[in-house]
Amino acid sequence: MSGYSLTDLVNTLPITFLLLWALVLVLVEAFAKRSSLTMVLAAVGLMAAIVLSVMQFGVESSAFKGMLTIDGYAIFIYVLVLGSGLLSILLSYDYNRRMGWARGEYYILMLFSIAGAMLMASAANLIVVFLALELLSIPLYILAAFVPNNAASEEAGLKYFLLGAFAGGFVLYGIALIYGATGATDLTEVVAAIPTTQSPVFILAGAALLLIGLGFKVAVVPFHMWTPDVYEGAPTPVTAYMAVVAKAGGFAALLRVFISAFPSVAADLVPVLSALVILTLVVGNLAALAQKNIKRMFAYSSISHAGFIMMAFVTYGQPGLYADAVTSVLFYLLAFAVTSFGSWAVVIALEQAEGKGLNFEDYAGLGRKYPVLSAAMLVFLLSFAGVPPTLGFGGKFFLFRTVLEGGYTGLAIVGVLASLVSAYYYLRVVIFMYFHDGEPQVRSEPALNLVTALTAVGTIFLFLFSGQLLAWASQAVLALL
Amino acid sequence: MVPIDYYVALSAVLFTIGALGVLTRRNAIIIFMSIELMLNAGNLLFVAFARMYEALSGQIFVFFVMTVAAAEVAVGLALIVAVFRTKNTINIDEASTLKG
Repeated sequence: MSGYSLTDLVNTLPITFLLLWALVLVLVEAFAKRSSLTMVLAAVGLMAAIVLSVMQFGVESSAFKGMLTIDGYAIFIYVLVLGSGLLSILLSYDYNRRMGWARGEYYILMLFSIAGAMLMASAANLIVVFLALELLSIPLYILAAFVPNNAASEEAGLKYFLLGAFAGGFVLYGIALIYGATGATDLTEVVAAIPTTQSPVFILAGAALLLIGLGFKVAVVPFHMWTPDVYEGAPTPVTAYMAVVAKAGGFAALLRVFISAFPSVAADLVPVLSALVILTLVVGNLAALAQKNIKRMFAYSSISHAGFIMMAFVTYGQPGLYADAVTSVLFYLLAFAVTSFGSWAVVIALEQAEGKGLNFEDYAGLGRKYPVLSAAMLVFLLSFAGVPPTLGFGGKFFLFRTVLEGGYTGLAIVGVLASLVSAYYYLRVVIFMYFHDGEPQVRSEPALNLVTALTAVGTIFLFLFSGQLLAWASQAVLALL
Repeated sequence: MVPIDYYVALSAVLFTIGALGVLTRRNAIIIFMSIELMLNAGNLLFVAFARMYEALSGQIFVFFVMTVAAAEVAVGLALIVAVFRTKNTINIDEASTLKG
């Protein structure tokens, strides 16, 4: 009987390194008690993990007896979530200090949660999906409630926790049903056992429960109720982190599980998925129209973006098309991540203590007093709305192309209409910035400015290289097939 | 030996009770207990199927799930205590600082 070998650790080096690093940081924080040291070391660890991930690009391997798969798809998500973690840390440091809750464990919790998102992208076994989901979520519950003695933040944490654990229950029950129907939880064994199963209804029910559970995580309607409250109550850098990484992790697992294990139920799921997409786009966008608080507005906008990503997922069952579907999801996730971090950086720059500076009126006069910052915000909002020449346009373009190739013209039309509606509430912020007078209070700080500049340049510059990015993403996907 | 169907039915009933509890109860602790019931319904299913397939894997998953549930209890109860300290209530209908 062979145990685990060193190869397993080498193959999963980005994850194992990050987890070990986080454990070391727990000790560093316990003895040194300096949050700035922990923050710097956490950032160093993330950068090292990015290097380790990139070094593994193109190598396809599996580890721990097939529990984890490390392929281009996983590496793409690794780099995405690690980079997002790095940006979140840059956004957090000054913010946490000036709001008065600079604590080192914040960064450690973030590292653990990132490791969870990476495991979700690599999970080749349903039980790993469950464990990774919890590793991603449990630190996030704490981070959402991180503000001491603050009712809004604690409430956000509690709501996120109760609904997240509820969703975890669905995922687990779904896995148990699939185990019952196939006697396996390994994705390849599951797909091999599906044709001979005696209880196909368990497969369908299990897949549906998995979809519900992961749907909670990525916040598609009707499983989105927690999103606006949690996004509003959580510290803003945590919101930025949650919006990107929890979504990326959720979709990463959703795509891998459904494409590798459940192509057989795709036909049954198409109407359900289409309904979810349409509901998400309609509810997300209409509710965003009514918001006055910018954090809530971005929360609903992130719900609608989950709807867009889900749109590509509808086509996953069509042979010859799922490569395109996954590629466009990866590209869209990248576009969403870059744009989202930029816009949250601007929100953080304007946010004041005790939740002030978060209404649209607080953006009045920004265009005149801070032309560079408001130009950056304009770029992000245009990218969210999908206007060229921004990354967001590229994301939507490839997405709609995939959906049209799949023959879902109606869905594509709903998507285009939804983008039009979304332009309205994004442009409302622009109108406040440029056509209203006011005295905006802005925090200017190197790390914050760096994130804003990087993402603003990235949003436009990366668009010019969309072709190459897309090629990279599709190369990443090839391994999945 | 008790037929597998009985186990499946019992676990489905437990899961439903748990899910309904989450949706209808207003006390955070009771909601949390209902979630634990859902997890345990999953555990029961795993153990029953492991017996049916005469495989150990299902039984081992239960250990993982119990570990995760323990971690969730630690975080969840801490959150509930924190909310209680600030607001003096754990009724989630009164947790309405955030809305709109």
